[in-house]
Amino acid sequence: MIDLHGFGDQLLQGAVVTLELALCSLFVGLILGLLGASAKLSSIKTIRWIAHGYTTIIRGIPELLTVLIIYFGATSVLMAIAGLFGYEEYIEVGAFAAGVTALGLTFGAYATEVFRGALQSIPQGQHESAIALGMGPVRRFYRIILPQVWRIALPGLGNLFLVLLKDTALVSVVGLEDIMRKANIAVSSTKQAFLFYLVAAFMYLALTIVSMLLVSYMEKRASRGITRG
Amino acid sequence: MDFSVVVEYFPRLLEGAWVSFQLVILSVVLGGVFALPIALARISPIAWVRAIPFAYIFFFRGTPLLVQIFLVYYGASQFEVVRESIFWPILEEPFWCAIIAFTLNTSAYTAEIFRGAIQAIPQGEVEACKVVGMSKVQMYRRVLLPRAFGIVLPAYGNEIILMLKGSALASTITILDLTGMARTIIARTYTPMEIFLAAGAIYLVISIVIIALFRQIELRQNRYLGTLSIKVPEKG
Repeated sequence: MIDLHGFGDQLLQGAVVTLELALCSLFVGLILGLLGASAKLSSIKTIRWIAHGYTTIIRGIPELLTVLIIYFGATSVLMAIAGLFGYEEYIEVGAFAAGVTALGLTFGAYATEVFRGALQSIPQGQHESAIALGMGPVRRFYRIILPQVWRIALPGLGNLFLVLLKDTALVSVVGLEDIMRKANIAVSSTKQAFLFYLVAAFMYLALTIVSMLLVSYMEKRASRGITRG
Repeated sequence: MDFSVVVEYFPRLLEGAWVSFQLVILSVVLGGVFALPIALARISPIAWVRAIPFAYIFFFRGTPLLVQIFLVYYGASQFEVVRESIFWPILEEPFWCAIIAFTLNTSAYTAEIFRGAIQAIPQGEVEACKVVGMSKVQMYRRVLLPRAFGIVLPAYGNEIILMLKGSALASTITILDLTGMARTIIARTYTPMEIFLAAGAIYLVISIVIIALFRQIELRQNRYLGTLSIKVPEKG
């Protein structure tokens, strides 16, 4: 067995943090993606324009820069807002919160495109028959549109989640105690950089493989009403 | 916010952008060169020849770029052998470590893009080459690769943009690229928002230029397909 100099537990704790960060960002990103896609298909020009600006900017700048901007920027923005309400104490945004915001925004921008494509591929007749059955807009979306969109969007979202999982490593730059940061700590005390970064790499690889299996299971499940032979 | 710092430090940011640009161009060109043999091995009919590039691609696409950079920059120096070898002057330099890590990373992604393109060529064209009596080398050189090049362009453009964004990670190993320069300036002026937003704007402009450039190359490379878009008048 490989000698991890007692850092094995630390690395596993890091893996839990990485996973928590990925899942929280996924949640935020999915909501932003659905909102963004609806905004892009909106009949109001200003809303379309805002959504377009959001996806272009987020997709055009490096994820690391997004993380840094949110981490350093959120504090000053929040303090400016709090100042309006007469709150003058120092507000600090943690690395985890900043990471969820930055990665959620990134995931959301890419997911917007995936959801937009999926929403557009739902035949108009589906909307019309739901209206004919007397469903309101919210129920129409939940019962008829969303389950179909989900099936079409899943492969794209699965790929985005794999990207997200790897991007979580960037949040270690602002001090989050994830796999990467724990590996850094282990390296600085043992001087065995190759060993610990390789172990970290294989931990990410393991998370990737598990996610891939999970996504393919979900894809099968989501299309169980469709594929027949 | 006070954007006069941006004006003051803009030349420094451009210096950083130039380093980012060099990183991207070098690693994309080198990565493209390595990707071709990897892609060809990946579609080999022999199982063990296929397995090696598969493992290579799986590793580099399944792990974060940050880990890969650290593996090359910090990891290589763990071994005495490496430190005494002739490669040490290169592995000592953060710039070349970044180039090595980026090249390995992008070659894995690019190999998958190439493979997809080669496999997307209709079987009929392969058969036609065989019928005319071309050797395998001739078939690749004259038909498959030029065809694949046209198919590959949109995905390759995306890969370059991803590489541009990935190049920001070079700042984590002390390279003064656009992000690294921005962080250095911020350490002096303590105006994170202004400088980071300016750096973001520069990245955005570079991305837009790359997208426009690739649209032009794509139009040129696929111009033989242009006749397809001409509407054929319906038969009377």
